[in-house]
Amino acid sequence: MSPSVPLQEMIRAIRSARTQCEERGVIQRECATIRAQFRQADNEGRSHNLAKLLYVHMLGYPAHFGQMECVRMIASPRYSEKRVGYLGAMMLLDEKQDASLLITNSIKNDLANSNQYVQSLALCTLACMGSAEMCRDLAPEINRLLRASNSYIKKKAALCAVHIVRKVQDLGELFAPSARCLLTEKNHGVLHGAVVLITELCECNPESLELVLIRWCQCLVISGYSPDHDVAGISDPFLQVRILRLLRILGHNNEAASDAMNDLLAQVATNTDSTKTVGNAVLYETVLTVLDIKSESGLRVLAVNILGRFLLNNDRNIRYIAMISLQKIVGTDHNAVQRHRGTIVDCLKDQDASVKRRALELSLALVSASNIRSMMKELLSFLSSCPPELRSQTASGIFIAAERYAPSQRWHIDTILHVLTTAGGDVRDETVPNLIQLITNTSELHCYTVHKLYRALHNDISQQPLVQVACWCIGEYGDLLLRGECQEMEPVQVTEDDVLDVLEAVLQSHMSSPSTRGFALTATMKLSTRITENVDRIRSIVSIYGSCIDVELQQRAVEYNALFKKYDHMRYSTEWLGQRFLVFVCSTFVVQSAGLSPPICGFPQVCDLLDLLGGSEPPLQSSPALGSTAPLPVGTAGTAGGDLLDLLGGLEPTAIMTVLLSVFSVAPTVSVYDKDGVTVTLSCEKQSDSGLSITLTASNSTDSDIRGFTLQAAVPKVCISSSFSFQVNLKMRLRISYTSQGSAVQDTVQVDSFPGLGH
Amino acid sequence: MTRLLKIVSCSSLRFFLQMRFLLLFSRQGKLRLQKWFTPLTDREKKKVIRDMMMLVLARPARSCNFLQWRDLKIVYKRYASLYFCAGLEDHDNELLALEVLHRYVELLDKYFGNVCELDIIFNFEKAYFILDEFLMEGEILETSKVAVGVSLEEADTLQETMEEYMSKPAY
Repeated sequence: MSPSVPLQEMIRAIRSARTQCEERGVIQRECATIRAQFRQADNEGRSHNLAKLLYVHMLGYPAHFGQMECVRMIASPRYSEKRVGYLGAMMLLDEKQDASLLITNSIKNDLANSNQYVQSLALCTLACMGSAEMCRDLAPEINRLLRASNSYIKKKAALCAVHIVRKVQDLGELFAPSARCLLTEKNHGVLHGAVVLITELCECNPESLELVLIRWCQCLVISGYSPDHDVAGISDPFLQVRILRLLRILGHNNEAASDAMNDLLAQVATNTDSTKTVGNAVLYETVLTVLDIKSESGLRVLAVNILGRFLLNNDRNIRYIAMISLQKIVGTDHNAVQRHRGTIVDCLKDQDASVKRRALELSLALVSASNIRSMMKELLSFLSSCPPELRSQTASGIFIAAERYAPSQRWHIDTILHVLTTAGGDVRDETVPNLIQLITNTSELHCYTVHKLYRALHNDISQQPLVQVACWCIGEYGDLLLRGECQEMEPVQVTEDDVLDVLEAVLQSHMSSPSTRGFALTATMKLSTRITENVDRIRSIVSIYGSCIDVELQQRAVEYNALFKKYDHMRYSTEWLGQRFLVFVCSTFVVQSAGLSPPICGFPQVCDLLDLLGGSEPPLQSSPALGSTAPLPVGTAGTAGGDLLDLLGGLEPTAIMTVLLSVFSVAPTVSVYDKDGVTVTLSCEKQSDSGLSITLTASNSTDSDIRGFTLQAAVPKVCISSSFSFQVNLKMRLRISYTSQGSAVQDTVQVDSFPGLGH
Repeated sequence: MTRLLKIVSCSSLRFFLQMRFLLLFSRQGKLRLQKWFTPLTDREKKKVIRDMMMLVLARPARSCNFLQWRDLKIVYKRYASLYFCAGLEDHDNELLALEVLHRYVELLDKYFGNVCELDIIFNFEKAYFILDEFLMEGEILETSKVAVGVSLEEADTLQETMEEYMSKPAY
């Protein structure tokens, strides 16, 4: 076919333009010429002009003025013009354009043309950009062509019918009988189109059809070597795959059909040559079909084994699709997939990013209680070398797996620490409080944890989540760190100066975020009660931040400073300062241990609460409470963020617990404070044999906001003669302070009677 | 058998291959062919083209030919200086899509004789005509190479005959 010279000249001119500007100039000139020529009624080079315009369109320039020309060209009697016109219609028009309706008539005429190539142009265009309306108009024509024409047209009509059915589902019924007839054709192209059409039409399964259909598929798939359709030794793989897909639909949710096709699928699976990609494509489709229908277990095992073989294939593509398929069945056939775990884990080390991603997803799905240790080793080494876009997915997958299957606490903490050191920047925000919670609850490992975190912090202060947890931990358990001995690790001598150096480095580093600095400052402050020699140093560190730009840090620093000034004499009262911070059982005002607690208001007054406890207070010694022989280990209770600095001092938890237990049963509420629209109610609930929860609920019924609401409660330690005695004088003092409408309010209330507790 | 295929198709259960688009572009990011099998606006088309070029051109050599992009599977293969890139639906058979791309290249090769990128640039409309004999509605139209070749030849002869009949000067 002779090339279009005008077109090629233009293309050459465009390509020789050296700059974008020059190219635009050439194109503008050409478009102007084309537009002028379109306006002329009769023109010999029409097809060339339109072709030029289409090229310009492909480069990305606007070409909408050619739409009407397309419509005109389609109506032309000359084949070359029709051809380019239809091509233009497919490229420039789509169903949203109004001009597309104008070609409906031309298409209709061309569908009835005596020349099959003209008919095929019309069919092709209809299938490409036919709107729902056009489809409705022309459906009967297509149906006619499906029945009575040569095979060249039949195959095109079949796919055109597919397009119509996809656009307008109702027309499916129209094509059903014709589709049936097509199945008897010998021509592979027609058969292929017929299978596609039937697939499109088949949603509900016709009962008796399957058996006929399946037997027909069987003959087709097994027999018939046709050199024309052969691809690398596989006979017509495209048709085979299509048939397999049809079988998948027929067998889906249908026992009888699935049974009937079992043999066929087994035969295809075993006989297809898998050395070339083509064979693998057919095998792949077979596997997908087997896994989707209600196949018998032997066949399923065969399918999974094929996938296992794919996993060992040298070709990356094959490994990739094997993993995709295994991912789909890991929920249902978990054990079968577990058998291939080793290979899947090896794929984590593949160079290719797509393969890595699939291997990661599949590995995470395969983690279970029995293989957690080995899998975690692999996942952690993957984390250190994985591409950045996969890091956060890996980190969260590891956390979830660790939480679910951790064999021991220490292992769990180690794993999380490892992740934080390797990929600290990619973990989610709630990791920090979760980890703090976990550490708090693992009391026997405090010493180990703090040592490990200190070392990690010493090495690297850039990973924010790690730094935050480490600071918190050092603040909490700094004394264990300084003591130097630790059962689980080699002892290392850490001096107070070392610790303060590290915290100071965190405070001053430009890599630390404001919340991290908050953690570090609080930790420094907490250490002031744990260390003996460097208090001055701490004081100077803290006072610097009294003029920090960050408001939060400034506030904390100022308050801590005040503590230094006014209450220094309290510092070394070992009884109450040596204790860990208690979580008072009142759940409402316990500050979450995220370390991001709001600044404490009225802080300097907190120690006045000790005055509250007045005369009824027995000496602050750790006397064992009756009813319980072993005191609770020091440090069991989690800390209230460290900011409620020892609200209750050395009150033995046991004392409180035994007092409160078994005495209270039900949870009635009583109002303990009611003034100016602010109310506080109290209710008690027995949680367990050794614990009781008192809930204090505060509410504001005024119109304005209440700021800085602080609720502090103190309960005296009580010596009782019998834990089950009702002769208990339990008192609670509450100090409530807040700011409302600009003025500060502070009140103290004493609660003498608790609901449910008799006097 | 009239009962057969009196079926109500319900669009929620779709298993089908549908190739959504087929793109050819060079290593320098110039588009050489675009075929869309679903209706998209011009803007959406441009976005898809940009994204595909960005994703595919960034891939190192000898990597996996399959990618995930939004909810589509992308299959691509490089032949000399041209990338052939197809977008498939989720349930599709990627290995078969590779075969489809390969078959298209074979058809081009047979038609142009040792096809190279310049052939496709200067005869882009022929590349489309060949594609239209091989794929339609995102599905394979003809599975035999020979049959496709024959129909192309006949259509071309038809073209010349018409022109001659119109007694236009031959170029």
